[in-house]
Amino acid sequence: MPQKIVVGFDGSESANRALDFAVDRAKAQGGSVLLVHVLEWSPYSFLTPTELEERHKRRSEELARAQSAIIDPVLSRLGDAGVMVEGAVKYGHIAEVLAASAKDAGANQIVIGRTGHSGMASRLFGSVAGSLAQAAPVPVTIVP
Amino acid sequence: MTRIFKSAALAATGLALGAAPAMAQSLDEKVNEVFANSTGWFVNFIFSPFPGTSFPWIVMWLVIAATVFTLYFGFVQFRTFGHAIRLVRGDYSDPNDAGEVSHFQALATALSGTVGLGNIAGVAVAVGIGGPGATFWMILAGLLGMASKFTECTLGVKYRNEYDDGTVSGGPMYYMTKGFAERGLPAGKFLAVLFAIFCILGAFGGGNMFQANQAHAQLTNVIGDYPGWITGVIFAIIVFLVIVGGLKSIASVTEKVVPFMGVMYVAAALVILLMNVDKIGWAFGQIFAGAFTGAGVAGGMVGALIQGFKRAAFSNEAGVGSAAIAHSAVKTKEPITEGFVSLLEPFIDTVVICTMTALVIIITGQLIQDPATGLYLLDEGATTIQTVDGNKGVALTSAAFSSAFGWFQYVLALAVILFAFSTMISWSYYGLKAWTYLFGEGKTTELVFKVIFCLFVVIGAAASLGPVIDFSDAAIFAMAVVNIVALYFLMPIVRGEMDSYLSRLRSGQIRKFKN
Repeated sequence: MPQKIVVGFDGSESANRALDFAVDRAKAQGGSVLLVHVLEWSPYSFLTPTELEERHKRRSEELARAQSAIIDPVLSRLGDAGVMVEGAVKYGHIAEVLAASAKDAGANQIVIGRTGHSGMASRLFGSVAGSLAQAAPVPVTIVP
Repeated sequence: MTRIFKSAALAATGLALGAAPAMAQSLDEKVNEVFANSTGWFVNFIFSPFPGTSFPWIVMWLVIAATVFTLYFGFVQFRTFGHAIRLVRGDYSDPNDAGEVSHFQALATALSGTVGLGNIAGVAVAVGIGGPGATFWMILAGLLGMASKFTECTLGVKYRNEYDDGTVSGGPMYYMTKGFAERGLPAGKFLAVLFAIFCILGAFGGGNMFQANQAHAQLTNVIGDYPGWITGVIFAIIVFLVIVGGLKSIASVTEKVVPFMGVMYVAAALVILLMNVDKIGWAFGQIFAGAFTGAGVAGGMVGALIQGFKRAAFSNEAGVGSAAIAHSAVKTKEPITEGFVSLLEPFIDTVVICTMTALVIIITGQLIQDPATGLYLLDEGATTIQTVDGNKGVALTSAAFSSAFGWFQYVLALAVILFAFSTMISWSYYGLKAWTYLFGEGKTTELVFKVIFCLFVVIGAAASLGPVIDFSDAAIFAMAVVNIVALYFLMPIVRGEMDSYLSRLRSGQIRKFKN
């Protein structure tokens, strides 16, 4: 069975290391990579009436911007890497979306970069890696 | 030379400052007088009683409508209550639509427009005049009103306008024109224009002046008396910065703090009720007894009923049409789902929050009873019940909460100001939608409306409670007159949508995305 690897990608340095790692793996095993960029979003947030009215428009703009600024550069860079790379931009809670994407795409692995946050912030809000470790349907690799 | 100028300037400033309070007081009076004189006829018409009775026809109009919708949709508010909660939780939302307006967001925004002074000050006015019995009629009106809200919000989503740039506009104006055309009915356009005019007046009245007025009352209550126009000008500047200046930060902070305040308000009320748990039975006894006998209340049972119904309608706005504007931005393939979600609004607003306020006022003994007979004592004009320290409106609620926690008056003052502010922001949007419907969209026409809106903030803060509350009620109820006519003609469409949806839900065609 060909390997399919989901990479949680936010354009940061560590995310790029995670991507390189995943591409190497995929190349070695004849697999493919699904690049997922998540826009943090909660359906339980509070918006003003004007924000509601413009939400659909803003969403289209945000999706287009993420696609052109984050996904497209990677796709063109990896165009000749010899591995099939796809990209997707999604809304939601990062760990949940990555887990759901892996499930939907039938992936065998999730790869994310280590953010390097420690201490107070991650204690309070939890880290993506921590949540993924608990929720992921497939093995998760964290690339330092 | 410069020194002389400076001291002269200082002296002049001192003089002006000294004269300001006297001038301000007379300015407030002037505003009040002109306002009462110019709106009196409109108020009298809306609240005119049925010939030979003291019952205002408008209150009957709202209650009959809510009852008709309740029966026509087979008690939809009780049958689909659970489903409504599952919709809000997002159980039926397609994950691929994440990032669009969710049911929760539409409901929360609509709620922050309705949860406000009606729940705090309006309820105090109701029990202050109608006695504890008014609470019973208020709850009943809230429960029935859920069906009105369901009807109007379904139509609001179904007939909204979706523009090429991805923005949406919805509300009664659109279902009146499009829905009437679809059913081959005449006069849709006429109703829409009439509704838009009343909506603008409602935005200036209940959505603006009443809020400014009570925010000022709350402020003077906490920090001492000072002229109302000062509060008005400060409020007007902030509102101006948000709606004209596009200062989103203030609005989004308010939107986040308001729900928190709402939860805190209910929590504080619950704590007070728990502290007086032995009196809860007595309080409900007072509510039921007052509802049917109206003992010792101005106007007797009918007085309690009118007050209860009036304040419920003013607080939850069911049948008024405003919520149809707020709910119309949701992302859903089924307009009826937003109808189900919206029926939670009068429940939260009236059945939960308003009832809390009323119970706290009753339980903390703010209304003075004759120790011998247990009847409520009326004040000199025999129009309102005597209260401890003669408080009325928001001051009565404040006194009730402070009797348990002295510091709560400061929290309440902040809550009132924030609620007032978020309601103003919501209503400035509703009014603007009606305005642009009449005069077309465009930067200049929008600016004209927004500037007038800010002027009314000042007037509202400066005028006294009586004329403001009368005009606010009248304008909002005038919207309901037009809106409910349209709802009667369009309700078969909602019925069709509801039956189709519920049968697909039963057959399993409509499924949860989440388990």
